[in-house]
Amino acid sequence: MTETAQEPEDLHILTGTGAVASAIVDVNVDAIAAYPITPQTEIVEDLATAVETDALGAQFSRVESEHTALATVMGAAQANARTFTATASQGLLYMSEMVWWTAAARLPVVMAIANRALGAPWNIWDSHTDALSQRDAGWIQLFAATVQEAYDLTVAAYRIGEDHDVMLPVMVNLDGFTLAHTMQSLSRVDRDAIAGYLGDIDVPHTIDLEHPRGYGALATGEDFWRFRWKLMAAMDVVPSVTETAFTEYADLTGRAYDLVHTYRVEDAELVIVGLGTLAREAEVACDVLREEHDVAAGVVRPLLYTPFPTEQVADAVGDADVVVLDRSTSFGRGGIVTRDVRLAVDQPVASVIAGIGGQNVDYRDVVHIATAAEPGTTQWFGGDL
Amino acid sequence: MSQNALDLTEIRWHSRGGQGGLTASQLLAEAAFDEGHEATAFSFYGAERRGAPVTSFNRVSENPIKLYSHVSTPDVVVVLDESLFTVEDPVGGIREYGILVVNTADPSDVDFDGEVIAVDATQIALDQGLVRDGVPIVNTPMLGVAAHTGVVGIDAVASVVRRTFGEENERAARTAYETGMEVTQ
Repeated sequence: MTETAQEPEDLHILTGTGAVASAIVDVNVDAIAAYPITPQTEIVEDLATAVETDALGAQFSRVESEHTALATVMGAAQANARTFTATASQGLLYMSEMVWWTAAARLPVVMAIANRALGAPWNIWDSHTDALSQRDAGWIQLFAATVQEAYDLTVAAYRIGEDHDVMLPVMVNLDGFTLAHTMQSLSRVDRDAIAGYLGDIDVPHTIDLEHPRGYGALATGEDFWRFRWKLMAAMDVVPSVTETAFTEYADLTGRAYDLVHTYRVEDAELVIVGLGTLAREAEVACDVLREEHDVAAGVVRPLLYTPFPTEQVADAVGDADVVVLDRSTSFGRGGIVTRDVRLAVDQPVASVIAGIGGQNVDYRDVVHIATAAEPGTTQWFGGDL
Repeated sequence: MSQNALDLTEIRWHSRGGQGGLTASQLLAEAAFDEGHEATAFSFYGAERRGAPVTSFNRVSENPIKLYSHVSTPDVVVVLDESLFTVEDPVGGIREYGILVVNTADPSDVDFDGEVIAVDATQIALDQGLVRDGVPIVNTPMLGVAAHTGVVGIDAVASVVRRTFGEENERAARTAYETGMEVTQ
């Protein structure tokens, strides 16, 4: 921990949804559009209350669908507004057309996803497949594992997405219910300090009445690839921009983050890789593995998922055995995170699909998974394991 | 640091949708937080409907709490509605020295081979005029009784209940705390 500018008494106990809403109030966004969906709804309910009570001076648009919610904030971002929306699951799929458009239009919207399984059958609980189904759309994707991270990553998301070398939208993911509805302690940051950290939003291609331009014109084969090339190049700088954003955030708050959070990996012979809360519970499994099973275990938990921090994951894993706890599925391919990890490391990776749709997985289960998973295979907790 | 991740107290609340079990667990976490502890609160429930069983969880520790899974080996079980004993096993997995806190009019009905703290929270709610939509509000009195377990102090509980729901509920919590009786079987 570095020196902190934070007032220590500004501590709260709050849910993940409350932390995201608090971050949006403290960021002092200009425009919010939202359509409710479990388990995200409390975020926009809190923000509606904040706007109604003048705690936040933003424009709040209640719209008839998720598609319109994202279209609305996309338009506002085009007018150089700092914007926010939130959704999950079916709602994210319903806005998918606008998800792609927002990124390709290079508009730095921030959206929270309270990750939830996709139907059928209906399910309201945690899975990462909703966000990961939009993995290739051009959004930066961050994954939180604590209430504090949900707040901090939401603030940092604006700094990262609005960077002039980036200009991309950012999804901040928090596990539905498991984090979204869990109360933990939270330290908020002073609004003025955040204003200084973020600076003013400055979308270079904003609508400018003095210099009218056309938007959304047809691009032919001669030019279309240039847009994709530039977007890909913007993704390439995201890791370094994110590292700088995290470093300056640490200067402000004393809370230091890396692209990839690691736990006891230095001497690890077995590393568990995963996103979000399950990978944090796995830290307790590591302690048990070391103390009761004589297995030197560690955890690697990417906070940045897209673009995937391949080098950082490879460095953190080293030559240890690898077990991926995957809360996502790509039918015909296996776990979605697993494939990224397999591309990052040389050794055979054991993949275990665990904790989807509210399946309860505790640290004892992770101990079992870590000791029983077979390298090079995909197994299902509750099925094969 | 790492050795202490399991040094925590785990509480499991059993209630029915509409009785306020989720809120009770959140207020307990707030009270523990106010006392300077690390605390978490979360719930598990199906489609939101009145009367359906709801399970809520607390963890309280002096260290950062890294667990998010359901509490399967609780130190304390709090049951807001004793009819739940006929549809589920509220004390399943309770630790050897675990404590059962139960809302009941007749403590001799409670079938648990361990420490029991019993209170007629329904009667206390009725006495205090705490009725909403025809249903006695038992979560704030049960919070008061839960202070007997030593996880949080009654003053911290009362303070959180007062600032959230006002003086009537605080009185119910304190009354329940004072009348809660230990039935060791």
